[in-house]
Amino acid sequence: MTDNTRNILDQQVDWHSPKVRARLRRRHRTDFLFRAIGFSAVAAAGLFLVFLLGNIIKNGAPGFLQTSIEVDVAFDPSLLPDPTLERAEFAAAMARVDLQRLLRQSLLDHFPEVSGRADTIRLTRMLSSGARAQLRDILVRNPAVVGTTGKVWLLASDEVDQVVKGNVDISLPEQNRKLKNKELVWLQRFESEGRVSLSFHSRFITAGDSREPELVGVWGAIVGSGLTLLVTLLTAFPIGVASAIYLEEFAPKNRFTDIVEVNINNLAAVPSIVFGLLGLAFFLGVMGMARSAPIVGGLTLALLTLPTIIISARAAIAAVPPSIRDAARGLGASSMQVAFHHVVPLAMPGILTGTIIGMARALGESAPLLMIGMVAFIVDVPGGVNDPATVLPVQIFLWADSPERAFIEKTSAAIMVLLFFLIAMNGMAIWLRQRFERKW
Amino acid sequence: MKRFVFAVVLMLAPCPGLWPFAAQAQDNIRVVGSSTVFPFATAAAEEFGNTSPFKTPIVEATGTGGGLKLFCGGIGTNHPDVVNASRRIKKAEVDVCSANGVTDIVEVKIGFDGIVLAASKDAPSMRLRLRDLYLALAAQVPVPGTDGGVGNLVENPYRRWSEINPNLPNVEISVLGPPPTSGTRDAFNEIAIEGGCRTFEGMHALEQSDPSRFFALCRSVREDGLYIEAGENDNLIVQKIVGNSGAIGIFGYSFLSQNADILQSYSISKSGGPFLQPTFDAIADGSYPISRSLFLYAKKAHIGVVPGIQEFIREFISERASGDFGYLLDRGLIPLSRDELKASLNAANNLIGLELN
Repeated sequence: MTDNTRNILDQQVDWHSPKVRARLRRRHRTDFLFRAIGFSAVAAAGLFLVFLLGNIIKNGAPGFLQTSIEVDVAFDPSLLPDPTLERAEFAAAMARVDLQRLLRQSLLDHFPEVSGRADTIRLTRMLSSGARAQLRDILVRNPAVVGTTGKVWLLASDEVDQVVKGNVDISLPEQNRKLKNKELVWLQRFESEGRVSLSFHSRFITAGDSREPELVGVWGAIVGSGLTLLVTLLTAFPIGVASAIYLEEFAPKNRFTDIVEVNINNLAAVPSIVFGLLGLAFFLGVMGMARSAPIVGGLTLALLTLPTIIISARAAIAAVPPSIRDAARGLGASSMQVAFHHVVPLAMPGILTGTIIGMARALGESAPLLMIGMVAFIVDVPGGVNDPATVLPVQIFLWADSPERAFIEKTSAAIMVLLFFLIAMNGMAIWLRQRFERKW
Repeated sequence: MKRFVFAVVLMLAPCPGLWPFAAQAQDNIRVVGSSTVFPFATAAAEEFGNTSPFKTPIVEATGTGGGLKLFCGGIGTNHPDVVNASRRIKKAEVDVCSANGVTDIVEVKIGFDGIVLAASKDAPSMRLRLRDLYLALAAQVPVPGTDGGVGNLVENPYRRWSEINPNLPNVEISVLGPPPTSGTRDAFNEIAIEGGCRTFEGMHALEQSDPSRFFALCRSVREDGLYIEAGENDNLIVQKIVGNSGAIGIFGYSFLSQNADILQSYSISKSGGPFLQPTFDAIADGSYPISRSLFLYAKKAHIGVVPGIQEFIREFISERASGDFGYLLDRGLIPLSRDELKASLNAANNLIGLELN
């Protein structure tokens, strides 16, 4: 120790001297400042999140609602098949019926003052084109209604729906509105008769895509996402975990494994569109697999999630303390037994957490799927991994691009559905970690 | 726990090699192509799926150029059956097609689309000549005060509309439009920019002497940030110009008709002609200057193999779709004239092959 330091240590510190106090104040101030900056950073991030979520929920919540109009439908026997027919025959005959005519007649009965071709078309356009399918369902389910007059709640068109929801400024000049004054008068009459209702639209959850905002649903996209993720999981999980176990437990440490390691880390940072191009070139080009199929999407996304899974699985395996391995070896276990009886089971919670987070990322991807044709208008709900399908983020992208105004709320509503699944998956990852993770 | 984990690992063990991905028989019609035609093609596809015994066609928006590339890739289930285009197929594309064995192509014209220039209701109103658009948006323009020609061009110096034409407001030029992959952009360049370019004597002379040079000079858009490529998403352009009253958007008429309550459209005039608003009638009769035709192309080799292609094409030009109160018109499609409709019906019914001259 030098003389100098001894002198300092020997000095009695006068904690009340102005000099020391000033220094202390300064230190407290910087400490406070740092905390304040840190807190405001968190607050800003929180505010952004609240704003974003608030905006999506504000826009999207009406997307789950739908306007219906109650119409007195006269099931005119002269237009409909004989209700005494066999069920199957009746259904077959129904397929040929012009239900639009039935609908038009019912609406004209309600508004006897409407005449002329243009006005009649305007009047029927107040109802969704899905109203025909609704009538068909009612008739096929219960042929006995033929010949009677029933009150039926039918879906309103998206333009009527937007007015009822207050998204259209009806004080604008007529030529700037999709819904003209005549239709507003009819709508007001329906409203005054208590024939307009705005209620939860289960179809939005259960149907596939459509071009009519009031007929769209996310179910096709949810099933497509599910099938795609299943393929991704079944491919990426075994390959990823096996690679991680080999690299961590068995591989010799040499130049080759170093290169592999660097490349895995680099792959994790490759933009996702590149994997899409790879999928296009290999799965579609070389293997000749079908466009738009979840199997191709799943395999492409598996390439994307593999690095994430390998990296997290390696971290989880490396976190198992060496004492476990040493103890197993000491009792005569082979390398294989050490790995599969002890290390991997103990690392499994960490591996699964990493896998689920990788899957959640795959669920949110749309760019790589663009290349392999999953960004498409597909109405039918897929039934298997070879059927054409789309996924939730792509569905959101497609709706965001549609000209009809009503799609804005549908887009936000679909984002809410996607967020629900993402939060559920991340919640599951947290639960797995809490439930099974061991601390050493 | 140990056993459970092992069971999970074993269950998930099958490698992708074991997956059954034998290509299945294709029974959906596959449509690719223009994002301008996409709203119409999807509406027709859904109606077709609902009312015919065939499956609903699958429609992808790839852009006209991208769609034709896929379409011309070959014959067979891995290549689309129908491509829709917001411009006519080019000779070079037909050559690629035939090189890949796609020789018999049926061309059906389905309607028109107007390209509109629109801005938010708060923006100052403008009446634009094609010449103004050329001067505002071209990469190179004639030296001010001259008539152009090869030696008389400068990098576009104009930054405000009033510098181009004293009748225009004194606001900065800021135009949001589609990227070069878009058929809308091709058509806009060919009709508006080139049309304005031709009004200069020197450029007109160049067209006679060196057409390819003329096309290169008169179809290029400035890249100094005043023309903003806003992506293929026309809705995004609508939202951006509504939020920014200084900007003008370029997009298809269907987006204007859906957003007429929040947008104003600008009147356009072609070399001395009247200033016209992009209305349904003005586009339909061809008097609105910036309008183009929309097409469908189908492979003859696929007709009869993939069920329903011919019926699907007919759906587009059917009375209920393109008639006076058709559902495609509701979505902003401008229908063909009676004579053109007849020609299209003839092409669809008799599968008349494409002939480019």
